[in-house]
Amino acid sequence: MMTEKFPSRLLENAVNEFAKLPGIGRKTALRLVLHLLKQDVADVEIFGHSIIQARTEIKHCKICHNISDGDICNICSQPDRLPEIICVVENIRDVMAIENTRQFTGLYHVLGGIISPMDGVGPADLEINSLIERVRSGNVAEVILALSTTMEGDTTNFFLYKKLKDFNVRISTLARGVSVGDELEYADELTLGRSIKNRLDFESSLSQ
Amino acid sequence: MHLESLSLLNFKNLEEVDLQFSPDLNCFIGNNGAGKTNLMDAIYYLSFCKSFLNPVDGLNVRHEEEFFVIQGKYQRLGQDESIYCGLKRGQKKHFKRNKKEYQKLAEHIGLLPLIIITPSDIDLIMGGSEERRRFLDGLISQYDQIYLDHLLRYNRALLQRNKLLKQFASERSYNEDSLDVWDEQLVHYGNLIHLKRVEYIDRLQPVFQQYYELISCGNERIGMEHQSQLYETDFALLLRENRHKDRVVQYTTVGIHKDDILFNLGDYPIKKLGSQGQKKTYLVALKLAQFDFIKAMSGMTPILLLDDIFDKLDKSRVEQIVKLVADDHFGQIFITDTNREHLDQIIRQVAADSKIFRVSQGTVREQNHEEK
Repeated sequence: MMTEKFPSRLLENAVNEFAKLPGIGRKTALRLVLHLLKQDVADVEIFGHSIIQARTEIKHCKICHNISDGDICNICSQPDRLPEIICVVENIRDVMAIENTRQFTGLYHVLGGIISPMDGVGPADLEINSLIERVRSGNVAEVILALSTTMEGDTTNFFLYKKLKDFNVRISTLARGVSVGDELEYADELTLGRSIKNRLDFESSLSQ
Repeated sequence: MHLESLSLLNFKNLEEVDLQFSPDLNCFIGNNGAGKTNLMDAIYYLSFCKSFLNPVDGLNVRHEEEFFVIQGKYQRLGQDESIYCGLKRGQKKHFKRNKKEYQKLAEHIGLLPLIIITPSDIDLIMGGSEERRRFLDGLISQYDQIYLDHLLRYNRALLQRNKLLKQFASERSYNEDSLDVWDEQLVHYGNLIHLKRVEYIDRLQPVFQQYYELISCGNERIGMEHQSQLYETDFALLLRENRHKDRVVQYTTVGIHKDDILFNLGDYPIKKLGSQGQKKTYLVALKLAQFDFIKAMSGMTPILLLDDIFDKLDKSRVEQIVKLVADDHFGQIFITDTNREHLDQIIRQVAADSKIFRVSQGTVREQNHEEK
């Protein structure tokens, strides 16, 4: 597969670089490079420049470690958000997902991953100490653990819980239950079982 | 529930087969290597999405062919079910129920309950403890999704903990907190799994005993002893006590993944002291107990596959088994054998409908009862 002959060494270099990206094989890489060769030089310069700029100038928010253009991200700097509530998430995609719901008005804390020895990620590789510092500073009333419901997510939840439980904060986690619009017969047994156990008072369910 | 018809294309040594079955008793007769067990395997495939002989799907395609197809029509709870399984070499296996493809094969397992008794069951007695745990876990998880989920999570946590122990060793580091969280997960799921295993072994034991007595004419007592480190010590404590040792050997030395079941005959382990015939009887009784279990839990009578069951058994035990399966407690049965002697004996006793199929060199045809 790797023995294909390119007529130009420059072309081959470009293809090799594209093929390093996740989800891109050599065939796709070649297609992308040939596409770029057909574009105006100015457009390609903008393309290349935006990538270099993104890599060199994007910062991580000093408070929540979300990706940001400045020292403080545009969520942490909004005056109408409640700094007493912190939602702990794995990465920026989770921040975007929760932001899209428009249901959360607190601040975030991006861990940058979850604990998984198999992937070589330990607690020291994550933004855990900075979370403890935020809680220690005393202005936090509640920490919401919003990590994935996998084994690794649960373990990370556990780890955070143990680190935070001695502080005077409420520690909560996302509810797990039947999805909105789901028919019960198609809900998976584990989720349905959990929803039965953690059922809600009807009145409180009305407000949601 | 029963299998009405089966059609095969290029499955193992069977090139093209189309059979209509009796809802009661079906016999496959043929010489060694004719393809009797392959027919059983095809039926097993339709229930469990895999072969009981061969875990590699590609090896089940007939030599020098490109694909195999297994199709079965079932009557289940008064409804027709048509199950399709197709595999092309080098491609993903396709599994369909009533022409609709499954997203996950796990969704299919349990739909068509089936018990098979085969000579390879002997691994359960002679093999390592893993075989016996798999038997027990399979029994429980077939109808307890939550148990299965707990088991998967336990195994995942175990994998991560072992990886962490190896990391500590290779990086010459140690972090108590990191290990603690995995221990807590292991303890949480491990204890739940332990309780279920204890419960199920207690429930299985009397049924098993009853079948063994029936087949052996009541001469021998049997026992099934669940061995687990969790009986003596609290799991959390156990992990703590062995932490140093775990760090040295770089894996988790204690837990429910070390459980075993001790099979006894009288007061002695059957593995070491049982005869071949006793072991065989033991396994038949164990599988029939499993049959009753699944029948009770699923509310359906499983299909029973008896592959070469009379081998190694004496005359009286064969008669007892024949008497047992002739009872209408069992639903549809498939039997293989190399000669008609045992089969004729069964057919004579079973009032119900029966069919005989002659298998030779990869072809199968139905035979009249009079024909020899």
